[in-house]
Amino acid sequence: MSTRSSTLTGRIMAAPSIIILFLWMIVPLGMTIYFSFLRYNLLMPGMEEWTGLDNYYFFLTDPAFFASLANTLLLVGSVLIITVVGGILLGLMLDQAIFGRGILRLLIIAPFFIMPTVNALVWKNLLMHPVSGMFAWIATSFGLQPIDWFSEAPLTAIIIMVAWQWLPFAVLILLTALQSLDRDQREAAQMDGAGPISIFFYITLPHLGRAITVVILIETIFLLTVFAEIFVTTGGGPGLATTNIAFLVYTQALLQYDIGGASAGGIVAVILANIVAIFLVRLIGKNLDR
Amino acid sequence: MEKTFKSPLKHIAFSVFAWLVGLMIFFPIFWMVLTSFKSELDAISMPPMFFDFDWTLANYVEVQARSNYFKFAMNSVVLSVGSTLIGLVFAVTCAWAMAFSPTKRTKNALLWMLSTKMMPPVGVLVPIYLVFRDWGLLDNRFGIMMVLFLMNLPIMVWMLYTYFKEIPKDILEAARMDGATMPKEILFVLLPMAVPGIASTMLLNIILAWNEAFWTLNLTTSDAAPLTAFIASYSSPEGLFWAKLSAASTMAVAPILIIGWFSQKQLVRGLTFGAVK
Repeated sequence: MSTRSSTLTGRIMAAPSIIILFLWMIVPLGMTIYFSFLRYNLLMPGMEEWTGLDNYYFFLTDPAFFASLANTLLLVGSVLIITVVGGILLGLMLDQAIFGRGILRLLIIAPFFIMPTVNALVWKNLLMHPVSGMFAWIATSFGLQPIDWFSEAPLTAIIIMVAWQWLPFAVLILLTALQSLDRDQREAAQMDGAGPISIFFYITLPHLGRAITVVILIETIFLLTVFAEIFVTTGGGPGLATTNIAFLVYTQALLQYDIGGASAGGIVAVILANIVAIFLVRLIGKNLDR
Repeated sequence: MEKTFKSPLKHIAFSVFAWLVGLMIFFPIFWMVLTSFKSELDAISMPPMFFDFDWTLANYVEVQARSNYFKFAMNSVVLSVGSTLIGLVFAVTCAWAMAFSPTKRTKNALLWMLSTKMMPPVGVLVPIYLVFRDWGLLDNRFGIMMVLFLMNLPIMVWMLYTYFKEIPKDILEAARMDGATMPKEILFVLLPMAVPGIASTMLLNIILAWNEAFWTLNLTTSDAAPLTAFIASYSSPEGLFWAKLSAASTMAVAPILIIGWFSQKQLVRGLTFGAVK
């Protein structure tokens, strides 16, 4: 039982983190909202003026916005599909008795710890280079024409490297969930004559439901703001082929110095992320009660 | 729950298959490490050379000599460890209070903290950049350290909270019965039980700060630039310095790969905010 004085101490102890986080969130966000209503370009100092919703109008009707929105959705969607399906398969695989399973698991988890800039440059040069890359060699060994990834399929290349990075995350979480599956339940089903496929669809998959949801929601939050991989490989190009919303906002702010437009773009990104966040916070909140 | 195979032959066959899959996933890292020991010419040779090249350590020496690698590595250490230690001071007190004297609003406060993590960094890039520029914090180690600290604070509080909540409260009562005072209670009873949780929170946070590449790329140029930014400087199109890129990359990821492998179990808890344990 907490007494009145210990509750007070508790509040004082919890306050600094809450206050500092509140400031960190609300002050910059307020400034972004404010800037988004201004015509404000760093190249024209002192010319700031109120423009109402103009920045939003220009941002949302800019063809670059639709291109980058499409790229963002394609990137997030493809990586989610690859990592969730791959994560389930690899999770099931690692749940079996394998020689040296512990070491094997370490190898599969490793990509998650690679920093994004290293990930991107290793894939771009050592693996995907059209002349000296590993993939080019494999393609020519089979008598095929090597793919020039970053000019023929730039977004696919980004998707592959981001998926490689996030696959271990899905594997780790789904494996953890698989290992909590009740063994008796599956054995009972086996006794009743259920084959491995029906066991997977009627017992394993429903059991994984929650973990899959968590993977999807958390990955979405990070994938909506993929930046470094694009920054060091394609710079958003060719054209707009690999520009996502995060990168579009970056180019407007720090390359075109259009503070107003970039702020409006930032707010659009916040709204998109919040749609996902609402579901995630609810899901985790439910879990907190148990 | 581990499935076993009835026949040893099946066991071996499946193991071979699993290892092939695992090695394919690990291949990019293996290839990067291997390339770091090649000469620049061998690194781009066609067909690729697997083991029959002249092994050399020259790249590791040259990366340091040409670009002062250790300055960037030092920045990475200072930023990740520094932001983690500042974070611990705030997060431990906060999570401690929330776990041991919760109020009606504790749950809402926790969920609100979580929701701040959902804000995409581009949403606040513009004001943070301008404020940093005006306050002279661009390319400043203290400035970027504060950003990393604030960015990871919600995760730290959450992770510590889930650990602290698992400490049985009965043990406090028992200690009190035995005549332990409040400071003694914390020092001898609670702290030993909290240390594993604090340690794994620290490790996860160092990993996240070390690999953070949005703020470090946007807010640093040279003085405060960590390894993420250093590696990004290899992206220039005319440079075919694959062996040096590989050597620099290997050194940049090695420490975190080792820490990561040690804390893989805690990683799940931290990154899912306790939703999957």
